[in-house]
Amino acid sequence: MIEVRELSFSYGRHEVLKGISFTAEPGEMLCVLGHNGAGKSTLFKCMLGILRGYSGSVSIDGKNISDMSAVERAHCVAYIPQAANPAFSYSVADMVLMGTMPQLSGRLSPGNAEKEIAMDALARLGIEDLAMRSYSQISGGEQQLVIIARAIAQGARILIMDEPTSSLDYGNQMRVQKQLTKLIEDGYTIIQSSHNPEQAYIFADRIICIRDGRIYRQGRPEEVLDEQLIRDLYNIDVEMISSGDDKARFFILKQ
Amino acid sequence: MADSRKRLIICGMAVLLAAGIVVSVFLGKFSITPRELWGIIISQFADIDVFWTSQQEHILWTVRMPRILAACIVGTALSCAGCVYQGVFENPMAAPDFLGASSGAALGAALAIILGMGDRMITAMAFFMSLLTICLVYMIGNRTRGNKTVGLVLAGLMVSALAQAGTSFIKLVADQTNELPEITYWLMGSLTGITGEDVLFAFIIILIGTIPLMLLRWKLNILTIGEQEASTMGVRVDAVRAVSLVCATLITAAAVSISGMIGWVGLVVPHFCRKIIGNNFKYLLPASILTGAFFLLMVDNVSRNLFEVEIPIGILTALIGAPFFIYLITKGGETA
Repeated sequence: MIEVRELSFSYGRHEVLKGISFTAEPGEMLCVLGHNGAGKSTLFKCMLGILRGYSGSVSIDGKNISDMSAVERAHCVAYIPQAANPAFSYSVADMVLMGTMPQLSGRLSPGNAEKEIAMDALARLGIEDLAMRSYSQISGGEQQLVIIARAIAQGARILIMDEPTSSLDYGNQMRVQKQLTKLIEDGYTIIQSSHNPEQAYIFADRIICIRDGRIYRQGRPEEVLDEQLIRDLYNIDVEMISSGDDKARFFILKQ
Repeated sequence: MADSRKRLIICGMAVLLAAGIVVSVFLGKFSITPRELWGIIISQFADIDVFWTSQQEHILWTVRMPRILAACIVGTALSCAGCVYQGVFENPMAAPDFLGASSGAALGAALAIILGMGDRMITAMAFFMSLLTICLVYMIGNRTRGNKTVGLVLAGLMVSALAQAGTSFIKLVADQTNELPEITYWLMGSLTGITGEDVLFAFIIILIGTIPLMLLRWKLNILTIGEQEASTMGVRVDAVRAVSLVCATLITAAAVSISGMIGWVGLVVPHFCRKIIGNNFKYLLPASILTGAFFLLMVDNVSRNLFEVEIPIGILTALIGAPFFIYLITKGGETA
C-alpha cells in the first residue's frame, strides 16, 4: 500500500502541491485527472523520490520512502514514462534487462537469472517475440508495453505512469489499458495520470482530481465524474451521456 | 544479434589488433625481417649470436615499438572516452574534446613551447592544463541554472573558446622560426619522436581511467535513457556520471598530452562500432577500445610510410574520419 500524506511542494516560491493525501491499495487502479500544470507530474516525481524537499510524507507499507535507498525504492515502485525514443536505441531485450538493475545487489551487470526475469516480463505482456527487435523500430504501443515490461522486471509492485497512453492511437491505447487491467488483477497497484476522463471512468477503480495543486475530489468514478467536475477541472461546459447501464459516460461539448 | 555473436566479434577485433601490431613492426624505412625481429626479441631472454645490426635493434626498441604502442593507447583512449561521453551526455555527437580537454592541452603545450621547456615538460604542461580546463568547466557547469548537462556542455564550449584564444595569442607572439612551427605541428597532432617514457606515462594513466569505465559499462546504458528514469531504477546517477566523466577526462588528457590534437577518432570509432555491435556498452566499450587502437595504428602506419616526409596524423584522421563518418550516418546498419 502506498500512502501520500499532506504532501506539499514548491518550485521556489511557486506552490505546486498543497496538502495532497490519498492511499492506493494492491489491486487498485488510480487515475489522476487535472488540467495541464495542475501538478500531476510533480506529484509523481515526489512519490518516486526524484524530487525531494517536499513537506508531508510518502510511505510504502508503512515505510517512509525518504528513509529508503534508491535501490530499496526501486524494488517497491517503478516509473513508466511516456514512450520516447532514447538517444541510442537498444534491443527490446536489453531495454527490459535494464529494469533488473535493483536485483544486481553489487554485481556489475545482469546474468542469466536476470535475463530470465526480463524474458518473463516480456512474456507476461505477450510481446516476447519482440525481444530481438530494435526498440526504435517497433510501434509506439509496443514501445509502451516494453517500458511496462521493464517496470515489471524491476520487481516493483507499484507502477506510476505519467500519461502512458496519450501519444498512442486508439487501438494501442486500448491494448495497453487491457494489459494494465491484467496487472491489476495480479495485485499490482497502478497510479496513472490521464487527460481522458471517459477512459478513466472505464478503467479506474478510483479517480483523484487535482485542481491548482489540491485534491479537488476523489472517489469511485461513478461518484466523482459528472458534468460539474468537467466544468470545474477543465473550464468547459459539457453535457454528460450515460450509456449501457452507466458502464460508460461520455461528455459532449455544449454549443 | 545474439550476445554470443557479439563476443565473437570482439575476439575477432582483438586478433585483428594483434595482427596489426605485428605487421606494423615490419613497416618503416629501416627494414627488419621476421627472422631479425625474432632474434632481437629472443636475445632479451637468452644468449644467441647477433645476426642483426645494432641500428636495427635501436630502431626497434626506441623508435618503432614506442610509436606502435603510442598509436594503440592513444587510439584506445580517444575511442573509449568518446564512447563514454556520448553515453553520459545522451548525445551521439559527443567526442573526447567535447568539454575542452584538447583546447586546454593545446594551450598548455603552446605555453610550454614558448617558455622554452623540454619535451617532457610540454607533455606535463599539456596534461595539467587539460585537467585544469576540465575542472574549470565542471565548476562553471555546476553553477549553471536548469539542466546541468546542457550547462556543462555550454561551459565546455566557452572555456574551450577562451583556451583557443590563449593559444592563438601565444602563436602570435611566438618566435616564427622555431616556436611557431613547433606549436603548429603540435596542434596538428603527431606521434613523431614519441619516447618509451611518454608511452609509459600515458599507459599508466589510461589504464587507471579505463578500468572503472569497463566495470561501470553496463550501468552507462541506463544513464542514456534519461536521468530521472535511471534514478527510479535504483542507479546512483550522480555517482556513475561523475566517475565516468572523471575517468574519461583523465584518459583524454593523458592521450592528448603525448599526441597533440588528434581529432575524429573519438567520434568515428564508437559510431563504427555502434553500427557493428549495437549500442549496449557491455559490448560497445570493449569493441571501441580494440577498434580505436587498430584504427589509429593503421592511420599512423600510413602517416609514417606513405611519403618521404611524414604527414601529421591529425590531418589524416580528419581526412579519413570525416568522409567515413558521412558514410556511417547515411548508411543503415545494426541499430540495436
